[in-house]
Amino acid sequence: MKNKKKLLKHSLATMLLATAFSASTFAGNLVINTDTSDPAPKKAFEDLIKGFEAANPDVKVTLNLFDHEGYKTSIRNFLTADAPDLATWYAGNRMLPYVKSGLFESVDDVWENNGLNKSLASAAASMTIDGKKWGIPYTYYQWGVYYRKDLFAANNIAVPKNWAEFKAAGAKLKAAGITPITIGTKYLWTAAGVFDYLNLRTNGYDFHMALTKGEVSWTDERVMKTMNNWKELVDAGFFLDNHAAYSWQEALAPMVQGKAAMYVMGNFAVAPLREAGLTNDQLGFFQFPEITPGIEVAEDAPTDTLHMPANAKNKVDAKRFLAYLAQADVQTQMNETLGQLPINADSVAGSDEFLQAGFKMLSNTSQIAQFFDRDAPAEMAKAGMEGFQEFMVKPERLEKILKRLEKVRMRVYK
Amino acid sequence: MFPTPIEKTKPSIQLLYKIALPIALILWLLPLIAVAITSIRSAGDITAGNYWGWPSSFNLLENYTAVFTNSPIGQYILNSFKVTLPTVVGTLALSCMTGFALGVYKFKGNMLVFFMFVAGNFIPFQILMVPVRDLTLSLDMYNTTAGLAMFHIAFQTGFCTLFMRNFIKALPHELIEAARVEGVSEIQIFWYVVMPLMKPAIAALSVLIFTFIWNDYFWATVLTQGADTQPVTAGLYSLNGQWVASWHLVSAGSIVAAMPPVLMFFAMQKHFIAGLTLGAVK
Amino acid sequence: MRTFWKSNQLKLAPWLFLTPGIFIFCLYVILPVFQSIAISFYAWDGLGVKEYVGVDNYIELADDEAFYTSLKNNLIWLILYMLAVPAGLFVALFLNQTVRGIRIYKSLFFFPFVISQVVVGLVFSWFYDPTHGLMNILLNAIGFDSIAVLADERFVTYGIIVAGLWPQTAYCMILYLTGLNAVDPEQIEAARLDNAKGWRLLWYVILPQLKPATFIAIVVTVIGALRSFDLISIMTSGGPWGSSRVLAYYMYEQAFSEYGFRMGYGAAIAVVLFLIMMIYIAGFLYKMYRDERGL
Repeated sequence: MKNKKKLLKHSLATMLLATAFSASTFAGNLVINTDTSDPAPKKAFEDLIKGFEAANPDVKVTLNLFDHEGYKTSIRNFLTADAPDLATWYAGNRMLPYVKSGLFESVDDVWENNGLNKSLASAAASMTIDGKKWGIPYTYYQWGVYYRKDLFAANNIAVPKNWAEFKAAGAKLKAAGITPITIGTKYLWTAAGVFDYLNLRTNGYDFHMALTKGEVSWTDERVMKTMNNWKELVDAGFFLDNHAAYSWQEALAPMVQGKAAMYVMGNFAVAPLREAGLTNDQLGFFQFPEITPGIEVAEDAPTDTLHMPANAKNKVDAKRFLAYLAQADVQTQMNETLGQLPINADSVAGSDEFLQAGFKMLSNTSQIAQFFDRDAPAEMAKAGMEGFQEFMVKPERLEKILKRLEKVRMRVYK
Repeated sequence: MFPTPIEKTKPSIQLLYKIALPIALILWLLPLIAVAITSIRSAGDITAGNYWGWPSSFNLLENYTAVFTNSPIGQYILNSFKVTLPTVVGTLALSCMTGFALGVYKFKGNMLVFFMFVAGNFIPFQILMVPVRDLTLSLDMYNTTAGLAMFHIAFQTGFCTLFMRNFIKALPHELIEAARVEGVSEIQIFWYVVMPLMKPAIAALSVLIFTFIWNDYFWATVLTQGADTQPVTAGLYSLNGQWVASWHLVSAGSIVAAMPPVLMFFAMQKHFIAGLTLGAVK
Repeated sequence: MRTFWKSNQLKLAPWLFLTPGIFIFCLYVILPVFQSIAISFYAWDGLGVKEYVGVDNYIELADDEAFYTSLKNNLIWLILYMLAVPAGLFVALFLNQTVRGIRIYKSLFFFPFVISQVVVGLVFSWFYDPTHGLMNILLNAIGFDSIAVLADERFVTYGIIVAGLWPQTAYCMILYLTGLNAVDPEQIEAARLDNAKGWRLLWYVILPQLKPATFIAIVVTVIGALRSFDLISIMTSGGPWGSSRVLAYYMYEQAFSEYGFRMGYGAAIAVVLFLIMMIYIAGFLYKMYRDERGL
């Protein structure tokens, strides 16, 4: 039976294959799949490959560029069907399904042989599952509050340090006819950034991680506390109207036009804001303010990574490439292009003021979360983010939403 | 004729009708007209929020060149052709044969086979997605235009068989009988007697299938990924993600993507409408 | 061999012609229906091994809010999409004249049907945009506040259906235009002599003759409503917070989206949709069977 099926498959394949595509990989050919379709990441990877090829003339690299959004679904298919030698992905829980199903290969030896346990120590924890390392981290970036300095100044607002000041600042802006916080929740994840920070500041890092790992109930009163803090902001009308209709890029417009003053975002928002005409005198950054006094301030700083699929054809050169990517000078240069922060401790962070601010902020904490949809498993993340979006529009449904999330938790983490 | 021909009505009503006609058309096509106008606006108009006023400048050439130079839309369109044309040819080849078999011969199971094609054609095709994706993966055709075309050929064969069978059934049967008496083989009857009579049906179906497949979005997202293989419908969606708020480019891209079936429709309108109605309304 | 073929070719020929078509149709369409039903009894993420879970997926569905939202929206789609049929008839009646240039008008009215739903979706998302959309500019002009149609759970499904009705009405229109061509002019004259006109004439004389066109219009509209996926995917991705999902979209989201990959659960949703559709397919086949017998 099994053989018959195989035979059928083969005869079919030969019969029907109009475009015979079988990537015949000969030694020295390295295939890399990436999701770096945006301009800066695209250039960073092209330069990286050029540098590697110059240092290793015997290897020819093929880069398959995927659309950033589409990649998240394509990776499942190519890992099982037609694996490249290397593929970009994310650290933390986000790589768990591929590790568990044996589609990524452990690269402990690359870490061991190149002294990475020391130079990449800061990201080691987020790359480890079952005591093994599953890839090489090459960049990360901070989250926080980006704001209009000029609007703050015009309304006599100082950078808020704690919850009371933050709310007071919002109230002042509101009174001046300015939307305090812009946000576009159409694609959901932006709301998760706000939740991450509110929860990290209200309950601390350990609780937040326990929650995303499914160890705490969503109806726990500490979650309630976080949500009630959020509710204060929603009820006071802090967030942009109709935010569920906009993408994060569309939500940049009110900030550029001076109709909104703050944006809880990742550092990648700086480039489009500058492009739209904001100068360094207008655009500033501050750390999300303290809520519960005395709690260590943790941060969201997602790490992007490169992995070797278990079905890779050219593992020797793949490991050479990973070792190259881990080098301090390579990470320095690459992150200069990306406008983000290098992982390697001996690398130099870019001189841009936002990068420096982020670097300083992140150096002061040992508690770094990846981001809600990387820390929580995919299904929990989806349900959670949908719940956050709904909550921001219909705060009165809070209890119903949390009950629903608890139901999802019971199913997802069993 | 119903309703009463307008020439036979009062002059005032005639005049009213002649005024109402273009107004109705403009209202009907308003969304499209808006897109067409936006596609020639400058980026400046878009950022300044001048969406509906008079364009500050006409950037027809700039915008359409930009669409082709800063995005892989040329590749997407090529992919669409690589999916659509083989599908049209393959489907027609298969359904001419099935339609012939079901329309000409009386045999046990005829009705059953026919109903299988008809029922399959009406399935909400989303329910096929998990197994079809698996099948495509195991045939090593995932993320290829050929893999996408294979599925379309199979699925459209249902509809085309219905169409062809009804068409052939309506042909004069005496021709076939006469040929048989002459001792012409069944294969020759198919090729030399029936096929020449099927030209109008083939023309109608090819326009119809071309439009259906060109506009397919669902299967494109299930069976292909990335600019190398995705047809223009799926491509346009990912470009929409890249061109956030650049509505002049999105509009120009939309128009480019819509062009081939639109041209096809206007060039072969008679066949198109015949196809839509002939297969359905007896 | 040759003589065998010669003497049996009437029996063999149909199967010879049918084999390639049946083979590929079964492989890609009929078989997958049964495979889908089978998968719906498993838990499977598309990567690891399938785990048999019996009817667990269906039990979960019965207690899944999102499923009921999708089901409800499917129902709204089915009902409101039907408006395309009378609307198509209305437009067809409006255009069924012989004035100069009417052929151009007819083809331009048909235009929306030729365009991809992706384009239709983009066009309408923009039409509804709360800051720049034409709809809200018009609303503001007559003194109303802007409505973010696609971000409001109360309006979102209706907003998408309106976008869908546009090409669907064009489709029904063309079916009716052809149908009107075939209406027997003598009967109309006879009815006119009996002093029937306007609505009565339409209702008692014209519509009965348009029955075949109406039948097909209803069939294609039902199928269109149950297959609705493109517009939802383009315009809202099922949002806000999943309130515009329909079964076809929810199953895609569960099985293939970034946060999904529950193949078994997706397949279970598919089976439910299939059962709903089966009612229509069975009805259609029955009518066809009667027609064929009647021949």
